Amino acid sequence: MTDQAETTNQTSNAPSDEIVITIKNMHKWYGDFHVLRDINLEVTRGEKIVICGPSGSGKSTVIRCINRLEEHQQGQIIVDGIELTNDLKNIEQVRREVGMCFQHFNLFPHLTVMENCTLAPIWVRKVPKAEAEATAMEYLERVKIPDQANKFPGQLSGGQQQRVAIARSLCMKPKIMLFDEPTSALDPEMIKEVLDTMIQLADEGMTMLCVTHEMGFAKTVANRVIFMDAGQIIEENEPEEFFNNPQSDRTQLFLSQILAH
Amino acid sequence: MTDTVQNYKPGEHPSLPPPSNTVGPIAWIRENLFSSPTNIVLTLVCAWLLYKVVPGSLNWMFFDAAFTGEDRNACKAVADGACWAFIGERLALFTYGFYPAEQRWRVNLSFILLIAAIIPVLFDNIPFRKYGLIYSALFPFIAGWLLIGGFGLEPVPTSEFGGLMLTLVIGVTGIAFSLPIGILLALGRVSNLPLIKMICVGFIEFIRGVPLITLLFIASTMLSYFLPPGTNFDLLLRVLIMVTIFAAAYMAEVIRGGLQAIPKGQFEGADSLGLKYWQTMRLIILPQALKISIPGIVNTFIGLFKDTTLVVIIGLLDPLGIGRASLADTKWTGLSTEVYLFVALFFFVSCFAMSRYSLYLESKLDTGHKR
Repeated sequence: MTDQAETTNQTSNAPSDEIVITIKNMHKWYGDFHVLRDINLEVTRGEKIVICGPSGSGKSTVIRCINRLEEHQQGQIIVDGIELTNDLKNIEQVRREVGMCFQHFNLFPHLTVMENCTLAPIWVRKVPKAEAEATAMEYLERVKIPDQANKFPGQLSGGQQQRVAIARSLCMKPKIMLFDEPTSALDPEMIKEVLDTMIQLADEGMTMLCVTHEMGFAKTVANRVIFMDAGQIIEENEPEEFFNNPQSDRTQLFLSQILAH
Repeated sequence: MTDTVQNYKPGEHPSLPPPSNTVGPIAWIRENLFSSPTNIVLTLVCAWLLYKVVPGSLNWMFFDAAFTGEDRNACKAVADGACWAFIGERLALFTYGFYPAEQRWRVNLSFILLIAAIIPVLFDNIPFRKYGLIYSALFPFIAGWLLIGGFGLEPVPTSEFGGLMLTLVIGVTGIAFSLPIGILLALGRVSNLPLIKMICVGFIEFIRGVPLITLLFIASTMLSYFLPPGTNFDLLLRVLIMVTIFAAAYMAEVIRGGLQAIPKGQFEGADSLGLKYWQTMRLIILPQALKISIPGIVNTFIGLFKDTTLVVIIGLLDPLGIGRASLADTKWTGLSTEVYLFVALFFFVSCFAMSRYSLYLESKLDTGHKR
């Protein structure tokens, strides 16, 4: 994206060897429809992964399985040492450590920006209110909207709302952040402010999985790009190799379509 | 037109006042009363109707009305309009029913305490609201003790309750309990647990499918067949239970509508933050769902309040029942209009207040988020 971002990849935020997410032979069905077929993925701490692919390829579903917004029917998902099963305790524990940003922000419209950010820390982490508010203010400053703290989400622009959503997730101090097409619902002039926030987060060493069509973001930030089609991982590679030297025909076709304009 | 616009750089065009014929009272009248031929005809017809109805009604109700007098004939002697003396004489009966005269201070006190208990529930900007709400939660027990007696107060059998007081007892109890029960039924109905869902659906459909009068008859007569012999609990209590579950069934469906209007993303947002089911419901979903449901909820409340008049069928005397009984008095024959107008006024004031409050609440809860 920006010049400053170009240089960041080589600095201290390089991923470690410690594996935080393991997905092993995972399958998922919606009724009879086989959406995810034999997904295998390992993510190490601090790694930034961009998942791309045509719509309906199952890329959102994969990351929604990681915090169990979707249930998988076969295979294993282990997040930060905890296997996701039907056990509610495990699910809650994983969700506490995994933040998520959605395409449509999913902010709570009846609560102010500040209340949106402090709700989960207070009720889930049992942080005292004053401390939660201080933390929230810190993150709101980091996403550059501290002055909007007492407004309601409906009074903010789309880009501001998405940055609030990022701050809301960060207030839980997650170890992993999932982004599900965070810029797809935004006007072009607002995409940059959200991407800048995400780049900043990447620079700080957060483990990130992003489903996105922003190939510029993938090139500058990702350690690995994953291409999915028809519920399968078709190709995964470092961004440079992925964009300059795509292996499969399907990837080449996708890239030619997405980069053509 | 285009020339003048091009004389300005973007952003420099000055703000101009709107044309004078689009603002002010004349414009308002033209727009709202005389905007089209149909509109003009309607306006004139309405004006004519008001002219015909309003002066006559006002004369009858106020200017030609008798406010004092011994009986019907005394009224007739002084004025040919309404005879409000009748209502004046029966006011105590209308208010307290057959509650013993020397104990009526207990009803008055309960009413004052009721007002005090409602305020913290209705308004969130009053000081010490937290303590007020604790008091509100205790109020039903205080009022029950005051009205029924025992523990130092002379007991008054509930069969002596009547009039406006009876309506308030049934209406307020029904309103206070049907909302939480309705919320639970609605949550049960949309629950993923098949057994809970089945019970709630069955309950709602059964209660909604039966007229309230039938439930009241069940309460007054049949219930004793189902209960073990010897148990005999109060008729008023049985009526309260029936009215409450009846309203709760309707309430549940109103709230379910609100719940289904909440986008799936709200649940996912709450889930992704690690909130538990009850936290999600209480903090995220219900505040929004109830807000959407306010018109329907108040509708149900108003319906419930007016349905309390049905208890006359099983022998409890609400204002309407007392009014009908009073009309049998030979001293005051032929005054049914006055009686029914008075009862209507009481119900109208109560229901209109609820309706206005709901509008206030809706505007207060509006956070600028339009879906």
